[in-house]
Amino acid sequence: MASVTDLRRFPGFLAITLTCLVVLYAPLIVVAVYSFNASTSITNWGGFSLTWYVDVFTGPDAPKFQRAAINSLIIAVCAAVAATSIATAAAVAMTRAGRFKGKTLSFALINLPLMVPEVVTAVASLVFFSAIGFTTGLLTILVAHIVFCIPFAYLPISARMQSIPDTYEQAAMDLYATPRQAFTMVLLPLMTPGILSGFLLAFIISLDDFLITNFVKGAGVETLPTAIFGSVKQGIKPNIMAISTLMLGVSIVFVSLSWLIGRTGQNKK
Amino acid sequence: MASQDIAVSVDQVVKHYGNFTALHGVSLDIRESEFFTLLGPSGCGKTTLLRAIAGFESVSEGHILLKGEDLTGLPPHQRPVNTVFQQYALFPHMTVLENVMFGLLRKGWSKVEAVRRGQDVLDLVQLAEFAKRKPTQLSGGQQQRVALARALAPRPEVLLLDEPLSALDLKLRQSVRSELKALQRETGIAFIFVTHDQEEALTMSDRIAVMSNGRVQQIGSPKEIYEAPVNRFVADFVGETNLLDVEIASIDGGTASVVLPGGTPFTCPAATVLDPGRGHLSARPERIRITAPGDAHLDAVVTGHTYLGTDIQLQVRLSDGEVMSVRLQNSETTSVPEVGQTIGLQLEEGAARLLAD
Repeated sequence: MASVTDLRRFPGFLAITLTCLVVLYAPLIVVAVYSFNASTSITNWGGFSLTWYVDVFTGPDAPKFQRAAINSLIIAVCAAVAATSIATAAAVAMTRAGRFKGKTLSFALINLPLMVPEVVTAVASLVFFSAIGFTTGLLTILVAHIVFCIPFAYLPISARMQSIPDTYEQAAMDLYATPRQAFTMVLLPLMTPGILSGFLLAFIISLDDFLITNFVKGAGVETLPTAIFGSVKQGIKPNIMAISTLMLGVSIVFVSLSWLIGRTGQNKK
Repeated sequence: MASQDIAVSVDQVVKHYGNFTALHGVSLDIRESEFFTLLGPSGCGKTTLLRAIAGFESVSEGHILLKGEDLTGLPPHQRPVNTVFQQYALFPHMTVLENVMFGLLRKGWSKVEAVRRGQDVLDLVQLAEFAKRKPTQLSGGQQQRVALARALAPRPEVLLLDEPLSALDLKLRQSVRSELKALQRETGIAFIFVTHDQEEALTMSDRIAVMSNGRVQQIGSPKEIYEAPVNRFVADFVGETNLLDVEIASIDGGTASVVLPGGTPFTCPAATVLDPGRGHLSARPERIRITAPGDAHLDAVVTGHTYLGTDIQLQVRLSDGEVMSVRLQNSETTSVPEVGQTIGLQLEEGAARLLAD
């Protein structure tokens, strides 16, 4: 592959690559490294310490962050379950119903939340909730999260569905399974890796969301990202870096799991 | 034939897909305990017909009867027929035994009985020791036998097989043919076998229906299909043949007098009632004798040889430019004419037939 089209031989390839990597990941590395700083300063290194991790769980801000973390988890779990269920139904319909009128339109509608600027969705959700008199609080956050999590759950599930030929369900029905049994006993187990992968992706997207949450949350209701933002407004303390690093860790674990599960499912035919 | 001896009766079945008609009023009867093959090129409607019997396709017109009962409108899971799929469609998340038991449990068998029957059927296909494996851990030939066991376990009235050998390599395919035929005799279940491979059809079937363009061209035993094809399509699709353009002098019943290229008169069986005029004579390459030129049916020049192992195939050209093949058995006593040599070709009288177009 060492032909003239080899990307690595383009002039400036190394410089561009390094710039991109630095811009993308240097801030994350700085935050992660300084979360282990013994000093209260956020710029001077004062030696390795776990002080700020202890502070997150026992310090003066601990109750606030715990409350916010619990809210985030509740919302992420509920939103991921609901979005995954809806996305599974959508993926089955889109790949098994054959050609139907409005198929392209349906596909566009399912994936639209990926394309609409998030701030627009946030404003629209807020306006909509207040127009119908829906009191903002945990429930409004949940509803908004379900909506924008659907396309994220849909993508891995539908990718999985497309690799499952419909002869499996036909074989099940040929062997006296009702359509419902063919779905639950054959199709659903085969879809499981895609569904799990979609669930994990939806979960992490919900856990990380700030913009929409900040618009539709009620007064006094905080999720982890909004609590962190609120705290940062009063000055950056090293405990924020510890929380951020913890969240980064959780995200990396979940995204890796999602990818691994999706991959094992595809290897085994 | 009494109607209780018919396993499946296909009656005037028509299938439209939008503007395309896949089946044009197909009628055929499949007898009890018969190995029946639907043979034809891809797109001829054979798979559509099989899927209509299984219940995966609805029929636009006509009826399909199973032991006299109309299946029209019944969903696949209510039809007492089972299918061996082309790619087997074994459930990858279940073991071999669980796959085989699937149909039994859905039919309401108890777990104990289903396990026993499952093991018996796996014994039948010589896979008992693989019961606990997952299908992906088996070879292609083993998977094919699991698919057979799974479809046979619920004792279907009819077994449908959709090109089940096409995914196997050649050597395996040949040994599986005889196993499949033996299994059919042993179980006594009517098999409906779909294939585009004429050799498979000829070697395994009791009867064959040759299909093309959504129509049945001919139904008959392998011998009838091969030796007495009714038209050009059947003669050409099943086996190899030479189709000669001849002038029809007269037809009397099943016998025709024709004039061969080169002017020699020839008498042969005729497929159906044909109008006088021009027609096609089918002569199988292995039913042509080589003689001295001059007083043979046809004179030809040898243009090439192909070595086939058991046979040697000669390419020859007639004086009018038409090309034919002739097969000679490969033995020590066979004398093979050289390229460029002029030879005489003698057609076997009963083996060459005048065909409808």
